[in-house]
Amino acid sequence: MAVTLAASNLAEYFESIDGISSGWALVLAAIVHVALLGAFFGLPAGIFIWTERKVSGRIQDRLGPTRTGGRFGWLQSLADGVKLIQKEDLAPQASDQMLFRLAPYIVVIASFMAFIMLPFADGWVAVSLDVGLFLILAILSLEVLGVILAGYSSGSKWALFGSMREAAQMVSYEIPMAICVLIPVVAAGSLNLGDIAQMQSGGIQNWLIFNDPFTFVGFFAYFTCATASCKRAPFDLAEAESELVAGFLTEYSGMRWSFFFLAEYASMFIVCGVAAILFLGGWHIGIPGLDPLNLGSSSAAMYFANLIGMVVFIAKASLLVFVQIWVRWTLPRLRIDQVMTTCLKYLVPISCFLFLGAICWPLMVSILDLPSLGRKPIAERLHESSVTSLDSAFEAGPDGRVVPPHENVNASDPIIAANQDREAINR
Amino acid sequence: MSAEQIHSGLFALFAIIACGAAIAVVMSQNIVRMAFWLVMSLGATAGLFFLLDADFVGATQLLVYVGGTVVLLIFGVMLTASGPYIRIRMSPAEGVLAGGIGILFLAMVYSTVGAVNWENVSSAASPSGLGAGVSEGFNASSQGNTTRPLGLAFIGLRPDRDLGADIHSPLSTGYLLPFEIVSVHLLVVLIGAAYLARAKRRSDTVEE
Amino acid sequence: MEVGLNHYLFVGAVMFVTGVICMASKRNGIGVLMGVELVLNGANVNFVAFARYTALGLDGHVIAMFVIVLAAAEAAVALAIALNFYNNHLTIDVDRGDELRG
Repeated sequence: MAVTLAASNLAEYFESIDGISSGWALVLAAIVHVALLGAFFGLPAGIFIWTERKVSGRIQDRLGPTRTGGRFGWLQSLADGVKLIQKEDLAPQASDQMLFRLAPYIVVIASFMAFIMLPFADGWVAVSLDVGLFLILAILSLEVLGVILAGYSSGSKWALFGSMREAAQMVSYEIPMAICVLIPVVAAGSLNLGDIAQMQSGGIQNWLIFNDPFTFVGFFAYFTCATASCKRAPFDLAEAESELVAGFLTEYSGMRWSFFFLAEYASMFIVCGVAAILFLGGWHIGIPGLDPLNLGSSSAAMYFANLIGMVVFIAKASLLVFVQIWVRWTLPRLRIDQVMTTCLKYLVPISCFLFLGAICWPLMVSILDLPSLGRKPIAERLHESSVTSLDSAFEAGPDGRVVPPHENVNASDPIIAANQDREAINR
Repeated sequence: MSAEQIHSGLFALFAIIACGAAIAVVMSQNIVRMAFWLVMSLGATAGLFFLLDADFVGATQLLVYVGGTVVLLIFGVMLTASGPYIRIRMSPAEGVLAGGIGILFLAMVYSTVGAVNWENVSSAASPSGLGAGVSEGFNASSQGNTTRPLGLAFIGLRPDRDLGADIHSPLSTGYLLPFEIVSVHLLVVLIGAAYLARAKRRSDTVEE
Repeated sequence: MEVGLNHYLFVGAVMFVTGVICMASKRNGIGVLMGVELVLNGANVNFVAFARYTALGLDGHVIAMFVIVLAAAEAAVALAIALNFYNNHLTIDVDRGDELRG
């Protein structure tokens, strides 16, 4: 099943070419997807590492890398990579060799697999599943396993301390993070990331972060938890250089060491991408007139619109990554007990309260008769955008009515509706 | 190469990982390696679930079983391991005995299971509401999008049963009550486990 | 070769048997716990396979979900017991827990 979905559109295309059987079409489509996602896995990591060095330099009143590859040190990440490949691949004598060598791969595989469910534009996703968001959370949670194994198998007490802290931190931050993710999901009524993003088309008021006060606060709670679960400062207890040498990374060198960093930056991009989709409108610009969907409905126009959407989405996610970097170099590190207190005593109750509030919000809207700000009801929007609505979940629904995607998604609709509302109020 | 062959190939891959890692759990002496092989086995089982069109169950398997339970296990290992790479060995004779019994047991289980013609049995046990026939099974849009049907089943609705059913047959009940019981059970377990595992002063009357 | 119900049942049987052997042969308490997990997992494979290939349908998925949840609960409690045992005996060798022997 995973394969047929992985490539449903692309596989159909390959099948239409003569001489390619259905099975080979699936394999080809899967290879194309993996290659594309591999590029997305490696490229942002390199760019973000360079950004991190540059931003940290500027924040500390330095210049950062300046020479490699011209003026701004563009090629610094590549130079780092070449240097790391050349380094000797060491495994300490006291280590558990098999686990020590496998641990980096577990971490990399976990964060790479999450890319499979991440949509970059409308329909531009390797696997579009109803459980996409759930699966991303599940797969990201596997990363902690590699960290624990790395720390344990190093046979060093610093590594063990680091990985135990790390594991405790990641496991406890997963709880508020999952609850915070549920807040926009409750508002949207779908777990399919593509559907959630598509229903936020149109004006900026359609973004889920502005849907109600609970999703607004929920975004910041989610972002805090996401920063912590990516083991970024001010929560980078695992690598606390001043106390633990380098935490679970102490005994690693060369490529295996850099695998951990690749995975860290890739999972930063994933959690920020999930935040962009859930709260910040995904690949929609947020200004109705500029929505690329206006370009028309020919396939070339749709393709171009998706390309713009992808750029917008990556820009949003990268901006959030930049904020994470900025926070890292601005705030001091918390102590381990403060980290756990922040999570268990503050973030968990806050996220539970927000979750309850988000559930009760539709009730409050109907009782208090709050203004709609030109938004259509969520259910209506979801029904318009959804490719997997309840009707299609059961092949033919009760009345056999399945609304095709993109029908009626007219970006100017909400504004017209808002104007009509205002006129009605003025009279 | 057809889609069925890909399915077979993926099945072979996941099945070999799942079974091989399960055997490695029994064979290995190091407790952390056991935990690692357990993760491999459970993860490959999640892959099998995806092959079986059970995407929500597969995702839950990854999140709860692999992510939760195994991390819990590893914590247990860390907290109770007295030296690095603790081993509590069993003698080779015991190992041979266990292996022999295991093979016999497997032969017994599988010969019993294989002796049944499941298609006939399931047609006899088929509920009246499902008119679709025997070997078709559950096909929610045949792409494994089981999230909504599962969610509806948990809140007490069974559209997959009731939509095409005879109008006079009673409606299916869903799983609302078991779901509530399990959720309360989880809460009780959480509190109980926290109570049991809380830090205590170690008793002074330890014999060892 | 067409993969059918029996192939999945065989995988489930292998996991079940290895789990039982693991429970019986390990002296490490947490090893016994891992055996229990394997047994439950083998049962789960069967449930989901029956859901796909027979008329069990969605019920198989629901039961598999319950098994997963209960296995998590079981692991939490068993681990708490193991920790308590370790606190009292300074070992998790299950053969040492024999105070109640008559």
